[in-house]
Amino acid sequence: MKPAPFRYADPRSVPEALEVLAAEEGAKVLAGGQSLLPLLSMRLAAPATLVDLNRVPGLDTVEVTGDGVRVGALVRHAGLLTHGGAARVQPLLARATANVAHPAIRNRGTTVGSIAHADPAGEMTSVLALTGGSVTVASPSGERVVGWRDLFVGPLETSLPAASVVTSAFFPALPPRSGTAFAEVARRRGDYAVCGAGVVVTLDEDRRVAAVRASYVSVGLTPEVHDLTDAVAGSPVEKADWAAAGALARTLVEPDGDLHASADYRRLLVGVLTERTLTSAADEAVERTPA
Amino acid sequence: MTVSVDTERTVRLTVNGVPREATVPVRRLLSDALRHDLGLTGTHVGCEHGVCGACTVLVDGAPVRSCLVLAVQVEGASVTTVEGLARDDGRGGQVLHPVQEAFRECHALQCGFCTPGFLVTIAAGLEARDAAGEITDEEVYDLVGGNLCRCTGYANIKKAVRHAAATMAISAETAAGPPAISAETAAEGGER
Ligand SMILES: Cc1cc2nc3c(=O)[nH]c(=O)nc-3n(C[C@H](O)[C@H](O)[C@H](O)COP(=O)(O)OP(=O)(O)OC[C@H]3O[C@@H](n4cnc5c(N)ncnc54)[C@H](O)[C@@H]3O)c2cc1C
Ligand code: FES
Ligand code: FES
Repeated sequence: MKPAPFRYADPRSVPEALEVLAAEEGAKVLAGGQSLLPLLSMRLAAPATLVDLNRVPGLDTVEVTGDGVRVGALVRHAGLLTHGGAARVQPLLARATANVAHPAIRNRGTTVGSIAHADPAGEMTSVLALTGGSVTVASPSGERVVGWRDLFVGPLETSLPAASVVTSAFFPALPPRSGTAFAEVARRRGDYAVCGAGVVVTLDEDRRVAAVRASYVSVGLTPEVHDLTDAVAGSPVEKADWAAAGALARTLVEPDGDLHASADYRRLLVGVLTERTLTSAADEAVERTPA
Repeated sequence: MTVSVDTERTVRLTVNGVPREATVPVRRLLSDALRHDLGLTGTHVGCEHGVCGACTVLVDGAPVRSCLVLAVQVEGASVTTVEGLARDDGRGGQVLHPVQEAFRECHALQCGFCTPGFLVTIAAGLEARDAAGEITDEEVYDLVGGNLCRCTGYANIKKAVRHAAATMAISAETAAGPPAISAETAAEGGER
């Protein structure tokens, strides 16, 4: 189908965008359009006005510092995927982005847009959670930083008011002596995940497991971070029982069943993917821990 | 308010190297603007929500779903559709793009509905990669994985990708390779 009629503005600055968002009843931000335009064409959404960010200069940059990676609102999935500096500071970004949709969709869809969209089947929401990230939000009352815990309210729902623009997302750097990995199971290449898992393993100076955290995709209504440390705490990394961490994860998650997979199958995948990703995250943690 | 909020706009863009213009309601999808306003019916529309890939075109060299872009958003951009893949042969005729040749050679189409989307995606992807290196299975899967075909079972499409990659490697070697489709922006089609 075709989108219902709407009005359209393509402002040249964030303040201009906020001006239209505040003035127009039922206005919505348009970024990559790779989630919003399907919703419009399926008539699941019919905003009165679209405020297109694509002509706003300065939003398309990736800033990398020792603290982390700041991704501007117009950085496409494809741009983040191939950004070498970002991958060095937070390797989880490229590893997860490689699982977002198909190349043609990654050429247009934005990382920030997928966070603002808050789809429980999206990879980048759970990456924001797992890294302890935040977004910077501009609204008519000024700019503020919103941490991931305060951002996600429900499926496709954030705490942000209608007249606001997320200008960037910030992903903290991978800590020292840590490794990370991401894996997912999808029905077809590039599809949304039936279940996905991102993990971070942190070792102590003697290469014993100090902390293990995981976050899942298509499991639960909003992204959550699960602490799996108890299953393997203090164990020398080469002897760590990652299967035990997977078993613990299965008891912590509350997946739903749907057309694509039953809740039980998703729970099974949580265990399998947790074990699998922890094994490779541990290898990276070892590489990053001086002997 | 300083920003104009419109229901209709005139869009100027370059399509297959030709400057074009159309006045469209702002809700017009690029796919429909190409087909209905500009008369370029080579771009096919299957699902109209981003899943099938039939409508894929190149915007500034990069493959995108034309059903997930508004026509007003390509103001000033350069669009390549399947009609723009063939080259002038310098004698008043045209030569097919190596990917089109490969599809014909390998029987990579049956009804042809999905074909335009595959052709532009694969053409951009192969032109973005280093032609000299032999194409890997992973690369092939990535090039075809975003497009649906209900007829062929994909085997011959994958064969055509390998065939086209091989011919493009040979023509790159003999230096007289086919001219790149508007390569202003590096296409991401072959990356992963
Ligand atoms: C076939 C297909 C497969 C896909 N597969 C996946 C997948 O596997 N994983 C995945 O994560 N995604 C997938 N996607 C979605 C894709 O990643 C989108 O790019 C992403 O979800 C939304 O980003 P966008 O820039 O396109 O946002 P848009 O579609 O433009 O916007 C989405 C929503 O976020 C809001 N928004 C966007 N940017 C901002 C901002 N800066 N400030 C405030 N609000 C904002 C919009 O108002 C809208 O409500 C898929 C899409 C398609 C069509
Ligand atoms: S018609 Fe655009 S992806 Fe199917
Ligand atoms: S040839 Fe018929 S859909 Fe692909």
